[in-house]
Amino acid sequence: MLAFVVRRLLQSVIVMLVVAFIAFLVFRYVGDPVTSMLGQDSTIADHEALRERLGLNQPFYIQFYHFVTNALQGQFGISYRLQQPVGKLIMERLPATIELALASATIALVGGVILGIYTALRPRAFSSGVIMTASLIGVSLPTFLIGIGLIYVFAVELKVLPSFGRGTVTDLGWWRTGLLTESGLRSLILPAITLSLFQLTLIMRLVRAEMLEVLRTDYIRFARARGLSTRAINFGHALRNTMVPVITITGLQLGSVIAFAIITETVFQWPGVGSLFVNSVQVVDVPVMAAYLVFVALVFVVINLFVDILYFIVDPRLRDGVRSGK
Amino acid sequence: MQKTLVRLTAALIASTMLVGAANAETIRWARASDALTLDPHSQNQGVTHTFAHHIYETLLDRDSDGNLQPRLATEWFVKDGDPTVWVFKLREGVKFHNGADFTAEDVVFSFNRARSDGSNLKQLHAEVADVTAIDDHTVEVQMIGPSPLYPNNITNTFVMDKDWSEEHKLQDVQDFAAGESNYAVLNTNGTGPYVLKSREVDVQSVLTAFEGHWADAPAVTEIVYLPITDAATRVAALLSGDVDLVQDVPVQDIERLRNSAGFKIETGPENRFIYFGYRFGEEPLKSSNITDSNPINNSLVREAMELALDRDAIKQIVMRGNSIPTGIPNPPFVNGWTAELDAYPAPDLEKAKALLAEAGYPDGFSITLDTPNNRYVNDEAISTALVGMLGQIGVKVTLASRPVAEHSPLVINNQSDFYLLGWGVPTFDSAYVFNDLVHTKTDKHGTYNGGLYSNPELDEKIIALGTETDLDARNASIAEIWEVVKADRVLLPIHNQVLSYAMRDGMTLPVHPEDQPRLTTVTFE
Repeated sequence: MLAFVVRRLLQSVIVMLVVAFIAFLVFRYVGDPVTSMLGQDSTIADHEALRERLGLNQPFYIQFYHFVTNALQGQFGISYRLQQPVGKLIMERLPATIELALASATIALVGGVILGIYTALRPRAFSSGVIMTASLIGVSLPTFLIGIGLIYVFAVELKVLPSFGRGTVTDLGWWRTGLLTESGLRSLILPAITLSLFQLTLIMRLVRAEMLEVLRTDYIRFARARGLSTRAINFGHALRNTMVPVITITGLQLGSVIAFAIITETVFQWPGVGSLFVNSVQVVDVPVMAAYLVFVALVFVVINLFVDILYFIVDPRLRDGVRSGK
Repeated sequence: MQKTLVRLTAALIASTMLVGAANAETIRWARASDALTLDPHSQNQGVTHTFAHHIYETLLDRDSDGNLQPRLATEWFVKDGDPTVWVFKLREGVKFHNGADFTAEDVVFSFNRARSDGSNLKQLHAEVADVTAIDDHTVEVQMIGPSPLYPNNITNTFVMDKDWSEEHKLQDVQDFAAGESNYAVLNTNGTGPYVLKSREVDVQSVLTAFEGHWADAPAVTEIVYLPITDAATRVAALLSGDVDLVQDVPVQDIERLRNSAGFKIETGPENRFIYFGYRFGEEPLKSSNITDSNPINNSLVREAMELALDRDAIKQIVMRGNSIPTGIPNPPFVNGWTAELDAYPAPDLEKAKALLAEAGYPDGFSITLDTPNNRYVNDEAISTALVGMLGQIGVKVTLASRPVAEHSPLVINNQSDFYLLGWGVPTFDSAYVFNDLVHTKTDKHGTYNGGLYSNPELDEKIIALGTETDLDARNASIAEIWEVVKADRVLLPIHNQVLSYAMRDGMTLPVHPEDQPRLTTVTFE
C-alpha cells in the first residue's frame, strides 16, 4: 500500500513538473509582457532595461529553475498587470470559483440523476424524448451563447436576475462568500446553470444508460419474480448499482468544472480564478498564467491521486497486481 | 379644485424627489478593464489614468475639447529671461484626503518620483533637469534646454502627498523585479474630487465625493466602478439597469442602444488614429514572392496602395459610420493638423494598376499583413477589408491576425513587412508622432517605426522641434515635416477613431478625446 502511494506521489510530482515546463515553454510564444507593461511612450532602451530587470533575458532553463524553486516556497512572484503577489490574487479569487463550481456540480448531479432515472424508467415516453433532444441541443450550444442567452432572457427582458458579478459578499476573514446574502444567491443562479448544463447532460445520459443496463440484468428480473415492489426494485436495487460509476465521473468532473469555468466566468464577469486567467492572458501576465496552470494541474493531480488510492482500497485485484509485480 | 390639489401634490413630490436625487446620485460605471494600479506613477495607461484622475489631481488638465486647463496650477509660464525654466503657480487652499495641506513640496516630490527610474511616466519628463519649490505655492521646473511644450506632457502626472508617501515608504515607484508590492498600489491619498472607499481589483471600486475638495461639489456623489470584460455582458448590464454608464461600447451595438428607449449614446472623436505601416529599405520583404527587391520601397507602389484604399467604404461598412477617415496620421485636435493635409484621394483602381506596372510589378506581388485583433475598434475587420481592396490591384495579401500582446512585439522588433497600428497623441502636438513613428529607429527615438523609415534630414528637424521656442518657426517646421511625411507616404492612415459612451436617459457625460471621461462633468436633467 505504502509503496503504491509513494510511487503515485512520485508520478504526480513528475506530472506537475512537466505541466510547469510546458506552461513555461508556451509562455515564450504568447507575446511580450514588456510591451504591454511599458505602453507607447517607452523607448527601446526602456524595453531592454525592463527585460533585464525582470530576468527575461536569461536563458529559458534558468528562468524555469527560478520559477520552480520559488513555486516550491509558495512564491509565484508579482503580477505584471496588477502589481500584487500572484499567490494572494489566486487565493482571493478562489472562493468565488469554488462556490460556482460546487453550485453547478450540485445542479448537475441532482438534475442529471433525476432526469436520468426518469428517462430510463420511461424510455418510450414522449417526455423522455423531449428531454433527450433538449439535452442534445443544450450540450451542442457553446457555453458563452447559453450564458448570453440566459442573461438576455432573465436580466435584460424579465429583469429578475442580475446580469453580471457576484452580488454582495460577506467576508468571513478566511473566505469571502456570496452564499449568505440574497443578492449573492441571485447572482449565482445564471452562471451556475450555464456551467452545469454540460455536466448535467453527461450525468443524465450516464445514469440513463447505466440504469437501462442494470434493469436488464438477472438480479432485477429475480427481484421482480420475488414480487418486490417496483419502487423498491428501481430505487433500492437498480439505482444503487447505477450510482458507482456516476460518483466516479462526478468526482473527476468537479476538477474540470473548477478548471474550465473560464468561459462562464468571463460571460458573467464572475470574479473567480478563471476570469483572472483570461485578463492575464490579454497582457501576457506570465506569473499569473504560470501559477494558474500549475494550480489547475495540481487540482487534477490531487483528484486523480485520491481516485486511484480509493480504487486501490476498494478493488482487491489491483492489490494482487501490485504484489505480483504486474 | 381637487384635481389641482392632486397635481400640486404630485408636482411637490416630484420636485422633492428631484432634489433628493441631486443630493445623492450614484453612478454605476462599467468599462472593459480595471485600473492596473493605484500607484499614480507606475503605469502610463489610459484606463489607469482615468481612474486616477478621480482620486489624484494634476497641475494641468485637458477638457473635453482637448484644451489645457488649470487644475492644481492656476498659472504657468516660461520664466522671464530664462527660456529653460517653467514656472507653475499653485492653487491655494487645497487639501489632501487625509487633511494635509497641498504645497509646492508635494509637487517637487511627485515630479521627482514621476521621472525616477521605476516610473513609466519618465519619458514625458525626459527634458527635466531639476524641480524646485520657490515658495509654498510656486514651483520651478528647470529644463535641459528650452522646452516650449512641456506643459502638454504633465496632464497625467499626479501629485501625491510627500509626508504620507514617506510615511508609507513610497519614495520609489514599485520595482517589479524586486518582487514586492507597495502601499500605493491599493491605497490612495490625493487631492481629487473623490475619495476611494473600497477597492476589489477587477471586481468593484467605490468612490465617494470628497467634502474638502476645492472645486464645486460634483453632481455625482458616489461612483461604483465595475470592470466588465465581455462586451455583450457590458451592454446587457446597461440594458438590464444594473449599470448606468458604459464605456467601450462595441460599434455593432451603438445603433441598437440609440434606438432603445431609456438609453442614449454620446459620441465624439478620439485622439487616436489607425494606420498601416510598411517596410522601407532595399532589402527584400520576408513575406513576399518578390525576392530581389522591396516593392514597397518604391514610392509608386505606395501611391498605388493608397489609391486602392477606399477609406469611406471602411467607415461605412466596417465601422458602421463610427470613424473619421483621414489622409494624415494626426488627429484634428493635434497641433500641426490642417484640413489640407487631412484630404485623401478618391480610390482609383485603374491608376493604381498603372502605377504598379510602371513600378515594375504588372502582376502585383504578395505580402503578409499583420494585424491585432483585440486592441482597436474592429481592427481585424479593417485589415480584412484592406486585403480585398489591395487584391483588386493584384497585391495578394495574406492576413496574420494576433492578440495585441503578440502583435506589438512584431512591430517594435521590426519583424513585420506590413502592419496595422493605432496611435494616440497625449501631448496634442505633432512632435510626439514624429518622435516615435517617423524618426529613424534608435535607442531613444522611432520605437514604433517598425518599417524602419529613415530620412536624416527629417530627423534633424524633428530633434530641433524639441528645443525650438519660437512657436511660429516651430509650427512652420512641423508643417514642412508633415509635407514630406505625406508626400513620402511614410504611413498609410485610415481614420481617426470615434468614441461612444452609452448611458441611461437623464444623464449626460461628454466624450473625452483621450477617452478619460471625468464623472465630475456628468450632469443630470
